[in-house]
Amino acid sequence: MIGLSHYLIVSAIIFSIGLIGVLRRRNLLMLFFATEVMLNAVNIAFAAISHYYNDLTGQMFAFFVIAIAASEVAVGLGILIVLYKKHGSLDLDNLANMRG
Amino acid sequence: MYEMIAFYLFSALTIGLFMVTVMSKNVLYAMTSLASAMVLISGFFFILGADFLGVVQLIVYVGAIMALYSFAMMFFDATRDIKEKNTNNALVFLLGGLSALVLVLIFAAPIHSDAIHALYPIHEGAGNAQDVGIVLFTKYLVPFEVAAVMLLVAMIAGIILAGKKMDHSLTKDLDADDEILVVKDRK
Amino acid sequence: MENLVYIALFAPFVSSLFAALFGMSQRQVFVGIVASSLLAISFISSALLAIHLYTTGDVIHVRLMDWINAGDLHIPFGFIVDQVSVTMMMVVTLVSTVVHIYSIGYMDHDKSFNRFFSYLSAFVFSMMILVMSDNFAGLFIGWEGVGVCSWLLIGFWYHKADVTREENPSISPSWAANEAFIMNRIADLGMLIGLFIIYWNTGSLQYDEVFAQLPYLSETILTTSAFALFIGAMGKSAQFPLHTWLTDAMEGPTPVSALIHAATMVTAGVFLVIRANPLFSMTPEVSFFIASLGTFVAFFAASMALVNRDLKRIIAFSTLSQLGYMFAAAGLGAYWIALFHLGAHAFFKALLFLGAGNVMHAMHDELDIFKMGGLKKTMRWTWLYMGLASLALAGIFPFAGFFSKDAIIETAFNEGTYVLWAILVITAGMTAFYSFRQVFLTFHGDERYKEFGIHPHEMYKYVLIAMAPLAILALVAGFGMHQYEAFITNLLPEYHMSEHTHHLVVWLTLIVSAFAIGGILLAYVKYAKGLKRDTKLENSFAYKVLANQYYIPQLYEEFITKPYKIVSEIFWEKVDLKIVDATVDNIAKTLYKTGDSTRSMQTGNLSNYLNWMAVGGVVLLVIAAISAMLV
Repeated sequence: MIGLSHYLIVSAIIFSIGLIGVLRRRNLLMLFFATEVMLNAVNIAFAAISHYYNDLTGQMFAFFVIAIAASEVAVGLGILIVLYKKHGSLDLDNLANMRG
Repeated sequence: MYEMIAFYLFSALTIGLFMVTVMSKNVLYAMTSLASAMVLISGFFFILGADFLGVVQLIVYVGAIMALYSFAMMFFDATRDIKEKNTNNALVFLLGGLSALVLVLIFAAPIHSDAIHALYPIHEGAGNAQDVGIVLFTKYLVPFEVAAVMLLVAMIAGIILAGKKMDHSLTKDLDADDEILVVKDRK
Repeated sequence: MENLVYIALFAPFVSSLFAALFGMSQRQVFVGIVASSLLAISFISSALLAIHLYTTGDVIHVRLMDWINAGDLHIPFGFIVDQVSVTMMMVVTLVSTVVHIYSIGYMDHDKSFNRFFSYLSAFVFSMMILVMSDNFAGLFIGWEGVGVCSWLLIGFWYHKADVTREENPSISPSWAANEAFIMNRIADLGMLIGLFIIYWNTGSLQYDEVFAQLPYLSETILTTSAFALFIGAMGKSAQFPLHTWLTDAMEGPTPVSALIHAATMVTAGVFLVIRANPLFSMTPEVSFFIASLGTFVAFFAASMALVNRDLKRIIAFSTLSQLGYMFAAAGLGAYWIALFHLGAHAFFKALLFLGAGNVMHAMHDELDIFKMGGLKKTMRWTWLYMGLASLALAGIFPFAGFFSKDAIIETAFNEGTYVLWAILVITAGMTAFYSFRQVFLTFHGDERYKEFGIHPHEMYKYVLIAMAPLAILALVAGFGMHQYEAFITNLLPEYHMSEHTHHLVVWLTLIVSAFAIGGILLAYVKYAKGLKRDTKLENSFAYKVLANQYYIPQLYEEFITKPYKIVSEIFWEKVDLKIVDATVDNIAKTLYKTGDSTRSMQTGNLSNYLNWMAVGGVVLLVIAAISAMLV
C-alpha cells in the first residue's frame, strides 16, 4: 500500500533534483526551470499531506504556490528579456558586476 | 493495486523527466521534459483525490507557464545548445545527494504525533471542487484576493519589462528592410 | 540659614567654573577679581554661620539630595555646620580669599592666569565638601578632590623639564605632583579600608550613626579601623614615612603652597582625627601612637629645617613640624587644642608663605637664602609680616602660636609623657632658631643678592593690604582662646589640666619661652650680622645627613622606586607584550585573515552564491536531522 512516506520521499527526491539544477546551472533560463522543479516537489508534498490527514489546507497552499510560481515566471521572464537585451546572453558568469 | 502501479509509474517518469530538465544542454529538450513532468505531477494529484488541484496544475502550469516560457524562448536563440561552465559535478551531486538522503531519512521516519487534527476536513461525498471552493472563498478569501492582485501586478510588470523597445530586434542589428529605410533617409 | 550653607559651599564651585570658562584664553584680571569676590562671599557666609552658631548654638544640618541608594547603603549629600566644621570653614575661606587676592598680584605675569584660578577655587570647593560633609563618604570625596587639585596645582608649571636630584631635590613640578599624588594614593588605600571596616560593622557612614554604634564594637575592630583611618591622615598630613611629598610640593606656585600645603589641605589629616575623636578616644593604643609619631615628626622635620637653604622648603619643614604638634595634641586627647593650633597655624603659616612669595617675586624666583640678605631696606612690609609670622611660629608671647603651642606642650606634660614633653620643648627651640635663621638671612646683614645682579622691589600695595587680615589674626588670635574653648567644647571633649600641672603652668611656660627666645638669640648671633659660612660644620656628617633629609628620598628611590621600575619592566616585557598584547593582536590578526580569505567568496557571481546558500541549507538540514535523532 502506498503511504504518506512514499509521496514525501518522491517529493524529497524531486526537490533534490531541483537543487542539483540550481547548483549546476549557469544559464538563467535553466535556473528558472530548476526552481519550477523544486516548487512542484513541494506541491506534491502538500497534496499528499492534505490527502492523508484529510485536510484541505494543504491543497490551499498548493494553489497559492502555483499562483506565486505564475507571478514569478511572469516577472522573471520580463527581467530575463531586459537582461538579454542589455548583455546579449543569459549566462550568470557574464553578470558578475558585484565582485567584491 | 492500480494506485500502486500508477504511483510507481508516475514517480519513475517524473524523476526521469526532471533529471533531463536539469541535465540537458538544449533548452528545448529541457522545456519539453519539464512540461511533460508537470503533466505527470497532475497525475499524482488525481491519485490523491485533489482533482481540482490537478486541473489547475494542468491549466496553469502546463497551459500558462509553459506557454509563457515558449514565448520567452522566442526572444532567445533556443536552437543552439547552451554553453555553460557547469559547477563542479562532484560538489553538486554531493550536496544534492546529501540533501536527498537527509530529507528522505526525515520523511521516512515514522510520525509520532497523533495530535494532528484536520482544520478544514475533506467531506465524504461532496466533490473536491465544491470543498475547495467553500474553503477558498470563506477561510482563504483574503489571501485569495491578495494572490489575485499579485498576479495582476506580476502581469503588468511582465508586460512593461518585456514590452520595452519591442520594435528592436534582439538577434540581428539591422534587417534588410531597415537598411533600405536607412539608405532612403540618407538620400 | 540653610541658604548660607549652600552659598558658602557652592560659591567656590561657581568661581571655579567661571574661571574654567576662560581657562584657555589670555590672562584676564577680572577672572581673578570675580573668583576672589566669590571666595569672599563664601567667607562672609561662613562667618555669618559661625556667628549664628556662636550665639544660638544651633547645629545646622542640611541634606541636599540622596546620592547613593543601593541595597542597604544609603548615602545622602548631607552637610553639617557644627563647631568643628565651622572652624575649618572659617579658616579655609579666610585663607583662600586672601590667597586668591594675593594670586592676582603674584601670578601677574603667568600666561595660565585664568586656569590657575579655576584650580584654586576647585580646591576650595573640595576642601569645603571635606569639612562640611556629614558622612565619611562625602569626606572621602572631598579628600580625593583636594588630592586632585593639589596634583594639578603642584604640577602647574608642568612644562619645566626634569633635572637631577643634585640640582633640584624635587626634580620637576610634574615629578613632584606625581610623587604627592602617589603617596596620597597609598595612604588613601588605608583610609578606604578603614571606611570599609566601619561600614561593614556599623552599617552606616553617617558620623552620628557610626559614633553611636562604637561602644558595641569589639576592640580589634576599633583599633584596626582607627589605625587604617590614621594611615589616610598620615598621607594627607605628610607624616613620617609618607612625608617626602610635602617639601617637593613646593615646586608649585607659592600661593598654592600657602593655601594647600600649609594652611588647609595638609590639616585634613588632623581634621579627620578630630572629627573621628569618639573612635580615637576609644583606642588609647592608636592615640598614643599618633601622639608619639606626631612628636617624632615635629622633631624630625625641625631638624631638617635647621640646615636647609631653600626659603620655601624651610617653611614646608616647619609646616611638617607643626602638623606633628597637632597630632601630638590630638593623640593625647586634647582635640580642641589641636584644632585651635590648626587654625592659628593656618593664619601665620599662610602669612609666612605669602611673605616668601613676595621675596621670591622680588628675587626673580631665587629661593636660596644664602644668596639673599639685607632685603629689609626694600621690602619693609614683607619683612614686618614675615617677622611677625615667625614670632608667632616660634611661640613668643603674645602671638597666636604662643597660646596654642604652649597648650600642646602643657598637655604633653599633663599626660605624664615627659619624654614627649621634652622633645616638644626642644623642638620649640629649634623652631625658633630655624625661623629666625631664615628671617635674618633673608632680610638682615649684607646684601649678597647684588652679586647676582638682582634688583628687588616690594610687592603691589593691594597684595600687602590683603595680607593684613592674616597678620592681625596671627597677632591676636591667641587671646580668643578661652572663648573658643567654651565654644568648641560643646562638641569636642573638654580637656582640663590637672591641679599639679596648674601649679607648674608658669614654670612650664617660662621653660618653653626660654627655649624659644634662646633659639632666636642663637640665630641672631649667628646670622644677623651677615653670613659667615662654617665649612667645617657644613662638611660634618650630621649636617650632611640633615641637608639631605636623612637621605630618605634617596632611600625611597633606591629601595622602592627602582625595584618597582625593574619589576614593571619585567611585567611589561613578559606579561604585557607577550601575553596581553599578543592575545589582542592575535584576535585582530585572526579577524583580518578570516576576512581576507573569505573575501574571495564575494565573486559577484550569483551561481556561487547559490552554491553557498545550498551548502548552508544542507548543513542546517543535517544538523536538524542529527539533533532530531539524538532526541
